[in-house]
Amino acid sequence: MKYTTVIGLEVHSELKTKSKAFCSCSTEFGGEPNTHVCAVCLGMPGALPVLNKQVVEFAIRAGLAVDCEIKKFNKFDRKNYFYPDLSKNYQISQFDKPICEGGHIDIEVDGQTKRIGITRIHMEEDAGKLIHSGATIKTSDSSAVDYNRAGVPLIEIVSEPDMRSSAEARAYLEKLKAILEYTEVSDCKMQEGSLRCDANISVMPEGATEFGTRAEIKNLNSFRALERAIEYEIQRQIQLVEDGGTVVQETRTWDDGKGVTLSMRSKEEAHDYRYFPEPDLVPVEIDDAWIARVKSELPELPAARKARLMQEKGLVDYDAENIVSTKAMAEYFDEAAKHTEDSKGIANWLLGDVSAYLNSENIAIEQFPITPANLGEMVNLINKGVLSSKLAKKVFIEMLKTGKTPQALVKELGLEQISDEGAIVKIVEETLAENPQSIIDYKAGKDRALGFLVGQIMKKSRGKANPEMVNNLLKERMQ
Amino acid sequence: MKVTTKDVEYIAQLSRLTIPESEMEKFTEQFNQILNYADILNELDTKGIEPTAHVLPLSNVLREDIAVEGVSQEVALSNAPAVHDGGFKVPRVIE
Amino acid sequence: MDLYKSTAHELHEKLVKKEISSVELTNNVYDRIAEVEKDVKAYVTLDKENALAQAAKVDKMIAAGEAIAPLAGIPGAIKDNISTKGLRTTCSSKMLENLNPIYDAHVIKKLRADETIFLGKTNLDEFAMGSTTETSYFGTTHNPWNLDLVPGGSSGGSAATIAAGEAIWSLGSDTGGSIRQPASFTGCVGIKPTYGRVSRYGCVAFASSLDQIGPITRDVTDAATVLNTICGVDPHDSTSLPVDVPDFTKALKQDVKGLKIGLPKEYFGAGLDPKVDAVLKKAIADYEAMGAEIVEVSLPHTEYAVITYYIIAPAEASANLARFDGVRYGYRNMKATSAPEMTTASRTEGFGSEVKRRIMLGTYVLSSGYYDAYYLKAMQVRTLIRKDFEEAFKQCDLLLTPTSPVVAYPIDGKMDPLAIYMLDVCTIPVNLAGLPGISVPAGFADGLPVGMQLIGKLLDEETILRAAYTFEQAHDYHKVMAPLGGK
Repeated sequence: MKYTTVIGLEVHSELKTKSKAFCSCSTEFGGEPNTHVCAVCLGMPGALPVLNKQVVEFAIRAGLAVDCEIKKFNKFDRKNYFYPDLSKNYQISQFDKPICEGGHIDIEVDGQTKRIGITRIHMEEDAGKLIHSGATIKTSDSSAVDYNRAGVPLIEIVSEPDMRSSAEARAYLEKLKAILEYTEVSDCKMQEGSLRCDANISVMPEGATEFGTRAEIKNLNSFRALERAIEYEIQRQIQLVEDGGTVVQETRTWDDGKGVTLSMRSKEEAHDYRYFPEPDLVPVEIDDAWIARVKSELPELPAARKARLMQEKGLVDYDAENIVSTKAMAEYFDEAAKHTEDSKGIANWLLGDVSAYLNSENIAIEQFPITPANLGEMVNLINKGVLSSKLAKKVFIEMLKTGKTPQALVKELGLEQISDEGAIVKIVEETLAENPQSIIDYKAGKDRALGFLVGQIMKKSRGKANPEMVNNLLKERMQ
Repeated sequence: MKVTTKDVEYIAQLSRLTIPESEMEKFTEQFNQILNYADILNELDTKGIEPTAHVLPLSNVLREDIAVEGVSQEVALSNAPAVHDGGFKVPRVIE
Repeated sequence: MDLYKSTAHELHEKLVKKEISSVELTNNVYDRIAEVEKDVKAYVTLDKENALAQAAKVDKMIAAGEAIAPLAGIPGAIKDNISTKGLRTTCSSKMLENLNPIYDAHVIKKLRADETIFLGKTNLDEFAMGSTTETSYFGTTHNPWNLDLVPGGSSGGSAATIAAGEAIWSLGSDTGGSIRQPASFTGCVGIKPTYGRVSRYGCVAFASSLDQIGPITRDVTDAATVLNTICGVDPHDSTSLPVDVPDFTKALKQDVKGLKIGLPKEYFGAGLDPKVDAVLKKAIADYEAMGAEIVEVSLPHTEYAVITYYIIAPAEASANLARFDGVRYGYRNMKATSAPEMTTASRTEGFGSEVKRRIMLGTYVLSSGYYDAYYLKAMQVRTLIRKDFEEAFKQCDLLLTPTSPVVAYPIDGKMDPLAIYMLDVCTIPVNLAGLPGISVPAGFADGLPVGMQLIGKLLDEETILRAAYTFEQAHDYHKVMAPLGGK
């Protein structure tokens, strides 16, 4: 029996406003516990919320960036549940009248473009943080609550259940993250928790029209975790169904260490949030003029940046697409391109050796040790013939380790390419003299002999001889 | 009868309250009295009537995005029943 | 000198003329408190040291020839659900028995700016939920007119301080009548302003869309004076109105000629105590004699107001009181070994039964499957009630009703909750519609005060103040001190 997987993602993104959603406390990350708090975000008796205008601005911006309809009439609602990190034991959120509806993101998987729908985007406030006394929440006798994060503004972006594989889910999340970064509404740092993703997954027999029961997976804090968790969950559900069981609608958590999803179901009631309109806040009415202004102020989005790079820098589609895949990468490119005319060269390095390095070290371009200036300079050195492409790889590695400029390293390691014809002629003639058989072989039609001679010459010159010149001079002398 | 003692127990749980066994029946009775009385609202045809969320048509009460220093950690914790490392200490969060 | 019997405006004159000092006045009131408080039990907390320090400060200001605000140096009492930084604020609940607020309510900030004096915090029904002050964790307050009777609620403590001379002015809060009804039961003036006139920032929320802070005072002039200080938009309260605050004392003219006073027939029906009715009828006749025009009007949805209120208010309260979980402040059961257990135990032990009842009622009407039938329905009926008033005000300038269908009744009357709820029938609709309402002493029934309620159009406190002032000045009810009898 074949199964179709149905996946929907709920993404929470912390907005990078200066102050919180409903009070003027700083949203700065880190800091000693309970030092960015006030009567309002601590939920003191009698305190009241006042909406931060920038939260609305950012929500509109995010909505426009994913082609949503911005709703003119907005209200807030209370979502009621008890938990120690929730200082009022209700969260101010938006229930039935979210600020954005009906958008989409186009993703590319295996060369195919697919449109993933976005159901809605709404504004809400974040909860505080629990610091557990033990290793995990389950093994802790006590916890300490820090409300610094309580009240930080969030937008929640809910996708349609349009994804059918972990690859699609990953592509969607990557694209959404990039778009949010480009709009500058969020830092989108998954490791820091400013971008959080929950996945809703269900399976149904191939060809079926009715979706199966879905399970929600929480605590996915990296792309890799997202993919692995989805893969695991799909298998778990299929196995369950094939064994005659039924999938339970529940919340599960991803245990990255064990590589499994675990039920978080407590024996308590399923959450009845008892939503009702927030009486302490008045509606937000957004008119066409407001939307138009935000639209006009939208920072350049990935698609536009890609087109610009293709036009201004002559990049091909594939390269441009990948360069703009994250804002940081695009910015790195722009910076490096200031130091060299060779955009294609930069693109090649970024998409080749640099990306390989980032992947193997599991870091992002923001943590990449080589500065854009140095990368640009290296490309220049190659193009000027000072550094051969092959030896550039060595310089690359050294730059990673030492952070020194390519010029300095070329000098230090004596890697400067020999392009002086006289010097190369000398080595060529020397090598030819030492390998008469190779000349005979080459003239007899064995092309490999040429390669062998080139190899010998490169060895003699410790890789520094200009390969093009070597080839030309060799061929000349073996006419 | 609108609610049974079992219903009242469930509502109490949702509200994080316990009603002592000895008061349960009286409580349920009083609860039912009020809910039965609420039936009179069904006499009214409210089709198409907008619910009143706010009595005065205020909208767009917004604040500029400026961060202001809040209270110190000491003040924040000043009424805390238990503290630990600058945080509000609570016993194990899940049962 | 029985300074405690005077009004704020009389005392302001004396202070400015240097006939008395603020320290003298404050001590006089504290002496009165020492004398009668054991019987009245109006206060939860007294703050004598700070009060006298403030009084000394004002005396210095006067001596230096500085101009002072009308309430400067005049001691008042604050209902204990209003946040006063550094001064215990309990909401008359075990849950907050030791809460030391970290901030001042907006109204407190404004009053401090006027250099007034806070004598202490007054008793209330726990978390403002009640109509008698009997649900207070610290025990009930007694009505200074007859100590065996309730002072009304939930601002029973504040009303009692005025009636007993234990404060010159006071603040209460009103969600369904909690300023007006105790004012009525104790022969005081109490006004609930238009919703949004006074900031709710720092008023411990009961029902957010209904709560308003307001004065309970000896006479209308003092009420208008306090209103002048406490009204005004507050950037910390999104529901406070960005409208100008007139000088309410300028509305105090003795003139009701041509004023159209509407009498909603539903308020003068079956449930009204005939003795209360008699007092009201006389008051109406007085108004007519003074040139007002009486108009019969109807507020057809009045009978649905009480239950509408007792669905909406508990619903909002259930969420507003959820923050009391023993985590950040307030009572905590220290024996519990898990957070959910701790929260449940703390709330069970920290709240009284009326509070628990309302929280659960609120949780129920908001819960899945019941929201439409109860909460949504009630919100819609609220619109109908608002529209009733809009219609009525097309025919008149203000409305006149009894404040309460009864006078003060015995403490421990052991009435059913629903029966007590029903007695709020005259005051509740005013909160539902967000209108301003004032209760003024209108006479006596069996020696007990009867209050008359005047309801104004939105933001029209001035008309009801004028009508109230005119009536008051034509009588002497505001000059009669409670005898502190009974018991």
